[in-house]
Amino acid sequence: MRVLDKREKVSRRGFLKRSGAAAVGLIGLSAGAGMVTGPNGAWALEVKNLKPETMATLIQMARDIYPHDRLSDKYYVAAVSGYDAQAGDDAGVKDMIEGGIGALDTMAMAQHGVGYMKVGWEEDRVALLKQIEDGGFFQTIRGGLVVSIYNNPEVWPLFGYEGASAEKGGYIARGFDDIDWL
Amino acid sequence: MAAPYDLNDDSVVVVIGSGAGGGTLGPELAKKGIDTVILEAGGRHEIEDFSNDEWGMFGQISWLDKRTTSGSWRVAKDFSGLPAWIVKAVGGSTVHWAGASLRFQEHEFRGLTEYGDVPGANLLDWPITLKEMEPYYDRAEDMMGVTRTHNIPGLPGNNNFKVMKAGADKLGYKECHTGRMAINSEPRDGRGSCQQIGFCFQGCKSGAKWSPLYTEIPEGEDTGKLEVRANAQVIKIEHDDSGKVSGVVYADKDGNQHRQKARAVCLAGNSFESPRLLLNSASSMFPDGLGNSSGQVGKNYMRHMTGSVYAVFDKPVNMYRGTTMAGIIQDESVNDPSRGFVGGYEMETLSLGLPFMGAFLDPGAWGRSFTGAMDMYDHMAGMWLVGEDMPQESNAVTLHPTEKDQFGMPVPNVHFDDHPNDVAMRNHAYQQGSAVYDAVGATRTFPTPPYPSTHNLGTNRMSAKARDGVVDKWGKSHDVPNLFVSDGSVFTTGASENPTLTIVSLAIRQADYIADQMSKGNL
Repeated sequence: MRVLDKREKVSRRGFLKRSGAAAVGLIGLSAGAGMVTGPNGAWALEVKNLKPETMATLIQMARDIYPHDRLSDKYYVAAVSGYDAQAGDDAGVKDMIEGGIGALDTMAMAQHGVGYMKVGWEEDRVALLKQIEDGGFFQTIRGGLVVSIYNNPEVWPLFGYEGASAEKGGYIARGFDDIDWL
Repeated sequence: MAAPYDLNDDSVVVVIGSGAGGGTLGPELAKKGIDTVILEAGGRHEIEDFSNDEWGMFGQISWLDKRTTSGSWRVAKDFSGLPAWIVKAVGGSTVHWAGASLRFQEHEFRGLTEYGDVPGANLLDWPITLKEMEPYYDRAEDMMGVTRTHNIPGLPGNNNFKVMKAGADKLGYKECHTGRMAINSEPRDGRGSCQQIGFCFQGCKSGAKWSPLYTEIPEGEDTGKLEVRANAQVIKIEHDDSGKVSGVVYADKDGNQHRQKARAVCLAGNSFESPRLLLNSASSMFPDGLGNSSGQVGKNYMRHMTGSVYAVFDKPVNMYRGTTMAGIIQDESVNDPSRGFVGGYEMETLSLGLPFMGAFLDPGAWGRSFTGAMDMYDHMAGMWLVGEDMPQESNAVTLHPTEKDQFGMPVPNVHFDDHPNDVAMRNHAYQQGSAVYDAVGATRTFPTPPYPSTHNLGTNRMSAKARDGVVDKWGKSHDVPNLFVSDGSVFTTGASENPTLTIVSLAIRQADYIADQMSKGNL
């Protein structure tokens, strides 16, 4: 049967060149001077309204909520980066995010002695998120992510999903019934 | 050429809504020479406006006006402001329906007699029988081009169906095929055959799937006896001193209100808006709502027992390719109380694209159990479970005491609790659906909870006696002689089958009745 190549087509190094980010940061996300950057400088995001540390933590939180090990960070960055502009337009959004991330860091500090980003194991970070999952902040972030991650056409090939088909004549000649292992 | 009618023309029949009910009834009346105005709350989006984009089309055509929910059903928790996933557009929910077109079974018209006095259920027999319905089912199937009827071949099976069929064969199920679908398997009625596009729920880009939007409505308009007024949301039905309906008040797209006079009014706004309109049309003569002397308007809301089973396999399936619902197992659609419940259910193929799968596989879920499933998206097969749920008087559409819509009218609240029979049936269906996939080597199965309701039924039910329901066997109000209900809200019980074919058949039958009564001077 016709199966898709689910490998990412754009190399991380290529993305680095296009984004123009400097190769900084060693492990995990780093933040400073209005920029959030990924490990090895794989990507960089300029933030204007949220604190860079807040955006870095939000990106980590997004991966912990919907962890897909085959998705590079850029998709999680894309999924939450819009909150920076929203925070500029709406003080309520800014307060919700800064307050929510601040509270998460406070919990992490109390339970692990470090901020959320520095808690080493995903399992421990998830345990922190479990403590806030019924709250408005978590539900807003999760509800936004479930659309912004899976409705991004760039991730579809990585899951083997082909998106729109009408323009290609449907699947009548492209494998609607080509299953061969039953 | 579409006929334009004057607001003060009191000789027209006004049909409220243009979906399976109104979109069938209006053109049928027009073809009989009856002057008809359809008032449709939504806009007119033609095939060229459709896109293979799940969230994009959801935003474009769904009914997203404010509604509230209550009760213990999971939809109230997962989708508290969206009790139903239905369409606000010309063509109504036939724009996004899957096309499954099954007749009810003989025993399903006799719910009370067949199932007995089920505690907590408000069962009643329909005032009509399968035998009376058969000629109308036949006309509807011919009009809609239903496969496996009228010598129309079945659709070819896609990958998702082939998985279902292999599992059904291993379990010994006998009634498994690609369904009776109002989707052309060969060119018919000026429309081409299915191109296996997928995206049946987003509006059919090829027009192979039946929808009055591009079938009966243009034919009706061509008679010169039908006007379809889009973006016209009716907010009140008015009556005269004799208690007969005299017209309706509607708001246009700018919010300006107009009064269209009418000889008769046929209400086809789906099972939330139809009872809501009757309740919002209360007057000194009808203090509990128009046509509500029984107190049954809005009551007995049914949504079918639903759920889904998705399964992951070690090899790819690519279920999203091809017709969404062309696959069915009917063996469980019988009344066999030894299973622990009355009534039956169908198993029908279903697939969602990646965007909707994220939202609906396990609403609210997060973490690795969920994403591990999503990682196997292209290795998934899926089915929808749809069965008969019990009518309960407490499951109801009521007017919200304080919340108002953009026109100042109270919004509907939808209350629903599963009946123990619904729960027992769903558990059985989850077990059997999983068994189908386990039989072909599933490595993981998911009992997926109900989505926002697509089958909304029963809130203006048909009854032989006026005290038991809202309309008679023709869909005519027990209280108001020129008021009809023409949608799924007239269903006395829900049966296990997808409701559209029965809604269309009832609308064809009602058009004959209205024309007959007019010719006799009774209307």
